[in-house]
Amino acid sequence: MKPKSMILMIASMLFPWNFWAFGENKPITIKGSDTMVLLGQRWAEIYMKKNPGSRIQITGGGSGTGIAALINGTTDICESSRPMKDKEREQVKTRRKADAKEIPVAVDGLAIYLNSANPVKELTLDQIKGIYIGKISNWKDVGGKDGKIIAYSRENNSGTYAYFKEHVLGNADFHPAIQTLPGTSAVTNAVAKDLKSIGYGGIAYAKGIHHGMVKLDANSPAVEPSMENVLSAKYPISRYLYWYTAGEPAGEMKKLVDWVLGVEGQKLVQEVGYYPLPRSEPGVAAAPKSRGATKKK
Amino acid sequence: MNAKVPGMVSDLTMAKANSLSSHLTGARLRDFLFGKFILLNAVLAISIIFLIFFYIGKEALPVFYEAETQREASLDNLFAPQHYGTEEMPLAFVWQPVGEVPKYSVLPLFLGTLKVTIIALLFGAPLAIAAALYTAEFAKHWVRELVKPTIELLAGIPSVVLGFLALLVLATWLQDLFGFDYRLNAITAGIAMGLAIIPIVYTVTEDALTSVPRTYREASLALGVPPWKMAWSVVLPAATPGIFAALILGFGRAMGETMIVLMASGNAAVTSFKLTDSVRTISATIAAELGEVVFQSPHYHVLFFLGAMLFLLTFLLNMLGEYFVARLKRKLMGH
Repeated sequence: MKPKSMILMIASMLFPWNFWAFGENKPITIKGSDTMVLLGQRWAEIYMKKNPGSRIQITGGGSGTGIAALINGTTDICESSRPMKDKEREQVKTRRKADAKEIPVAVDGLAIYLNSANPVKELTLDQIKGIYIGKISNWKDVGGKDGKIIAYSRENNSGTYAYFKEHVLGNADFHPAIQTLPGTSAVTNAVAKDLKSIGYGGIAYAKGIHHGMVKLDANSPAVEPSMENVLSAKYPISRYLYWYTAGEPAGEMKKLVDWVLGVEGQKLVQEVGYYPLPRSEPGVAAAPKSRGATKKK
Repeated sequence: MNAKVPGMVSDLTMAKANSLSSHLTGARLRDFLFGKFILLNAVLAISIIFLIFFYIGKEALPVFYEAETQREASLDNLFAPQHYGTEEMPLAFVWQPVGEVPKYSVLPLFLGTLKVTIIALLFGAPLAIAAALYTAEFAKHWVRELVKPTIELLAGIPSVVLGFLALLVLATWLQDLFGFDYRLNAITAGIAMGLAIIPIVYTVTEDALTSVPRTYREASLALGVPPWKMAWSVVLPAATPGIFAALILGFGRAMGETMIVLMASGNAAVTSFKLTDSVRTISATIAAELGEVVFQSPHYHVLFFLGAMLFLLTFLLNMLGEYFVARLKRKLMGH
């Protein structure tokens, strides 16, 4: 997990030549978003079965980690659950001498995790924001039983963290008392164990918790994060998941990307628990318009 | 090579007058080479430590002079209270390095580290010292032979396993027992860390106690002092510098410990003295964030700055510990 990627990074700083000395039959390395690790592994598994001789290595670490790796040239493909920032695109350009190529590969809804025994079933975006910036600290204030709200977040290298901060908090700061856990499964685990807790993360995680329904504002209907609602953008917190490469993917990598965007790859997306790209989505061709509720006051 | 070992002495006296190459023959050559080999190893070990120190220092220093780093993370930003937060909820210290305005207050991290470390010592040290007193003074031979290695074996448990246990099991127990608001908090992490420092505190204390000379014990027993009183008011005070060293080494070990706190402390950078709040320690911050930072960015330098501080602190603590051990030896030898 994190310490491992840290060791790798330190090693790569000390011995950069290790990473340059690729052989001919080098594997395709994919690194980044923890949210997407499951998905990436599933793709790699099936793809390698169908194409004997191809080798794909998948690691997580967080979207930020993956983007840093793409900038530093230690990964071929970066998985990210947030769009790259302009600053990062520039860095790719100067360090890799190629434009960062953005490839949306799936759609994800960001679910609000609540303990299964929590009577609260729906929250407005404003309430969620209030909880995470520290304005609301008791379940009583959002229609639950009297009790302190224990909110969990992700570490700040996570694309989920960045997305949540931008689209739900409107770039406000998390309250200092919000706990951060290393990984979505750690968050679901914590929420499953604690009645008074709340967390957020990918929709594919559901063991021991329930997904709260989200309302755009107090007067809108509560929407559950189902496939239909996410794809029609009715559910207010949804996002694209991306692959990034330095320059146009070519050769083996292009084959892989085309397969992932094709019928088979997109079917796996659904199996893992995310949503396939809408059909109208022209695949590799165009970058998507920004999705999700950016609430501005 | 090994031809002339028996006749070496006369050979060598002859060779002294000759050239260097014939001087270094046979066993003498082997001795010479082996000596140099050992020396090389020692030099290598020390220089690696210096290189690490140098490297961390080099990456941390831009905090003091680089304009780009200073804009986001000057010493003022790192240590002094700031006007963060909103108007109805002003916050003086915020650690939130990713965002529109990166915020790098390191005070909550230092406070968090201190809180967990002190709890770890409060929980682990009495247990370790009592156990050491028992095995050194009261235990039968076979009990001692059983207990001592068992406690020392505790040091072999990977800290990630302890952290995992704390996260899944200990946190639930403690919350059920004390009704903590936060499942993961300083106390949970501190107790798990206490387990990690027991072996080191125990070993050093035990060594200190057993090195108290027999004459001390004989003298007090001859005066009719009961054994428990002897242990408490003669042996223990005599070994005080050693116990002090044990505490300091334990403190240093706890401060650098990473996995346990990363998993069991909740990692919220709160600025409060409450022990039931979540804490974020320096080591956990580095572990969680260093994987993601862009090289040479302000965030990167600040993390190295934190690392350098941690390194310096544990280094000083270890030196202090060694000093007290040396003092104990001098004291018991009657100087």
